[in-house]
Amino acid sequence: MRKIFISLASAALFLFTAHMASAIEIKEVVSSKGIKAWLVEDHTNPIITVNISFRGGSALDPVGKEGLANLISATLDEGAGDIKSQAFQQKLEDLAISLSFDSRLDSFSGSLRTLKKNQTIAFDLLRLALTKPRFDSEPVERIRNQIIANIHRQSENPRRIARRTLFSKLFPDHPYGRPSNGTEESVKIIKLADLRYFVEQRFARNNLVVSVVGDITEAGLKQQLDQTFGELPEKASPWEVPEISPDSKKQTIVVDKAIPQSIITFAQPGIKRDHPDFFPAYVMNYVLGGGGFESRLYEEVREKRGLAYSAYSYLAPLDHAGIIIGGAGTANARTGETVKVLSDEWAKMNKSGLTPTELKDAKTYLTGSYPLRFSSSRRIAGMMTAIQLEELGLGYIEKRNSYIEAVTLDDVNRVAAKLLDPAKITMVIVGQPKGVTSTPQ
Amino acid sequence: MILIRTVFISFITLSAAVFIAAPQPAAAGVFNPETFTLKNGMQVVVISNHRAPIVRHMVWYKVGAADEPRGKSGIAHFFEHLMFKKTKTLKSGEFSKIVARNGGRDNAFTSHDYTGYHQSISVDRLETVMILEADRMRGLILENDQIEPERQVVLEERRSRTDNSPGAKLGEQMNAAMYMNYPYHDPVIGWEHEIRGLTKADLKKFYDKWYRPNNAILVVAGDITAKQLRPLAEKIYGVIPAGEPTKRIRTKEPPHNAAIRVTLRDRRVRQPSIRRRYLAPSLQFGERKHVYPLELLAQVFGGGSTSTLYRSLVVKQKLAVSAGAYYDGDNMGPSSFGLYASPRPGVSIEDLEAALDKEIEQLLEGGVKEANVTRAINSMLAEAIYARDSVGGGARIIGSALASGQTIADVEEWPERIGKVTPEQINQAAKAVLVEKNSITGLLLPKKRKGS
Repeated sequence: MRKIFISLASAALFLFTAHMASAIEIKEVVSSKGIKAWLVEDHTNPIITVNISFRGGSALDPVGKEGLANLISATLDEGAGDIKSQAFQQKLEDLAISLSFDSRLDSFSGSLRTLKKNQTIAFDLLRLALTKPRFDSEPVERIRNQIIANIHRQSENPRRIARRTLFSKLFPDHPYGRPSNGTEESVKIIKLADLRYFVEQRFARNNLVVSVVGDITEAGLKQQLDQTFGELPEKASPWEVPEISPDSKKQTIVVDKAIPQSIITFAQPGIKRDHPDFFPAYVMNYVLGGGGFESRLYEEVREKRGLAYSAYSYLAPLDHAGIIIGGAGTANARTGETVKVLSDEWAKMNKSGLTPTELKDAKTYLTGSYPLRFSSSRRIAGMMTAIQLEELGLGYIEKRNSYIEAVTLDDVNRVAAKLLDPAKITMVIVGQPKGVTSTPQ
Repeated sequence: MILIRTVFISFITLSAAVFIAAPQPAAAGVFNPETFTLKNGMQVVVISNHRAPIVRHMVWYKVGAADEPRGKSGIAHFFEHLMFKKTKTLKSGEFSKIVARNGGRDNAFTSHDYTGYHQSISVDRLETVMILEADRMRGLILENDQIEPERQVVLEERRSRTDNSPGAKLGEQMNAAMYMNYPYHDPVIGWEHEIRGLTKADLKKFYDKWYRPNNAILVVAGDITAKQLRPLAEKIYGVIPAGEPTKRIRTKEPPHNAAIRVTLRDRRVRQPSIRRRYLAPSLQFGERKHVYPLELLAQVFGGGSTSTLYRSLVVKQKLAVSAGAYYDGDNMGPSSFGLYASPRPGVSIEDLEAALDKEIEQLLEGGVKEANVTRAINSMLAEAIYARDSVGGGARIIGSALASGQTIADVEEWPERIGKVTPEQINQAAKAVLVEKNSITGLLLPKKRKGS
């Protein structure tokens, strides 16, 4: 039986490439006012899914008012135009429209889903939320309290503590090092004027990206684009987030918490998405700790030694910095051993790179699994937005597998040797770990 | 080998046709599945969705944590982990590696009522994962050198899911207190000392009893039809011999005579919360007629930011930062109707609980408003349309329904049944279920400081 599997695997590359071309047809639609959107028409189900994103996210929160973008993301749908908070929410519910917003470090996004029959009103509610949010004091105070309660709740979540500490150590004097949801103090002092100012400054046509999937035609979408986004100012006010190299001195920080399992999170400098070595690094990381049940970290930490339920690594390319993050969770008593295995694998990959078989298997998986990302309207819209934000171009989805194919063993191993460095790892351990020493701060 | 290649090619042709297919008119059901049963008793369900040339392939076993022998809690879940180890034809861990080499992803899950294994993969590789999945249905070889490290993994999973989190520990204890005699009493992951005590013989016995085609359901969703799947299913799964008929025997839950309170205090709790659950019927346990009214009650009373609870406790009275209700009638055994709330800073948990009780009292006295019921019905019916969107969503919903003893009609007729519910039926269900002696109240609180 094993022979059959191998022969199936070797035939894979050509076929997967052929599939993608037929699977997704993206059209770029430009409205008469010049607003662009990417569209995948699909009339099999009477649903429309919209994903929008503005460049510029919580990294732009003013110093001392951390959490501003997050607070806005939770209050935009709490009343707009003449419709007050509860009436706005009621309208969404009555029409089964889902509208939500989210802020990330480098972008602010919105997501809309509606039945075809409510298309006009759904887009109009999105327009109102973006251009005429009310920010009435009752909903703003209510949401502010919810966010503060959530900050309290998360303040004892070991994973959150680990991540928060890690980012503050990697980016000590940079917006990326600040808490993106804010602190109790910073969320308390955000004023209504701050919310209004943010909306005026940030939401504009020149930093907007729109992706649409579903039961809508090109002509229909053009009209919607003008109606929905036509009122936005043409340009966002300029902003600057400085480029930053994450702190690269080797350090271990232990955050003492009385929990049975230590949460280990670590990072070292990586590369940004537009770096020419991105694909070799991506393939390398799949083998190191990115590939679910197949990665080396999974094999060494979980399969062979039973040290953790999960052990992973991933590239985290931000707009202004690149990092590689890794982690695992293990019983306090076994933390020293787990850290050693993680560090050894890091060093081994740095020194010896991939085997030819690992490279071949990584390519087959990464190219073959690409269509799985297009399994729902939301995922397709999300992919289109990410591709637009990174300015990878309309043909990217069809070309993407060829970028993976083009990666050679020399490329991967050169990148592994250059990039991975156990001597540059900042490690945060939350718990009461045994067998690790924290670096004096 | 030749046969495989033939099937392989015909699949490719099919998937190229994806975007040429004409749109289908919206049908009355939710997923419009096709179903047939193999000679060995294995049920097969196909849910066609041609949006991408991919499939979700799932095998569900009608066994879950609530079917475990007493004292062996966690065996269903532990065993699920071991299904990725050595078989007669594969080395340990090779299963997932082959799936990955074919561009697929795989995983598995265990609940109180079922265990499921699934892969997402390009449709031309469906046969490969079917062969793999059929192989481990009867071909698993359990060995101690794989069982022991995996036991440590499961214990780490328990620490990470439960022991590291005060909220999860409270949830576990509430379940144990609420189900006095029904096997939902034990957590799916198992009690630590019982996970430690599971032996190879226990695991083997569990495997031989439950992992049989006549106790399994194959669900395939995506770019495929029943006509295409049937020959493959017959060839690959149909040849596995059926085992003894399996019977799920579950101890019954006796009537409850006293309300229960569970309080967990932990230094790590920074935001207190209250949870209330009432023992409730499910589609297969107790008064089935209350199931759909209870689904609507959860929506009207506590579903989202326009619900009664949110409006009153969060918006108007400003006592809570969150408040809501939930209910799921899909369990094989007794279900529960749940409520939750978390206080605004400065509000005591006692005041919040009193306000919550008052809301329940008002609900029982005044009933639900017809306009709110109509709204809730409309929004739930829309959910059924949204549910068709993703390739794998239908497979999960239908698989879990069938594996916990429901029928395809229970899923497909859901919109119709929800649409017929009247406010009067909801009020009756509320009166039948929201009874104090059937309740458990859980409090998650910060540790009292000395001297306070």
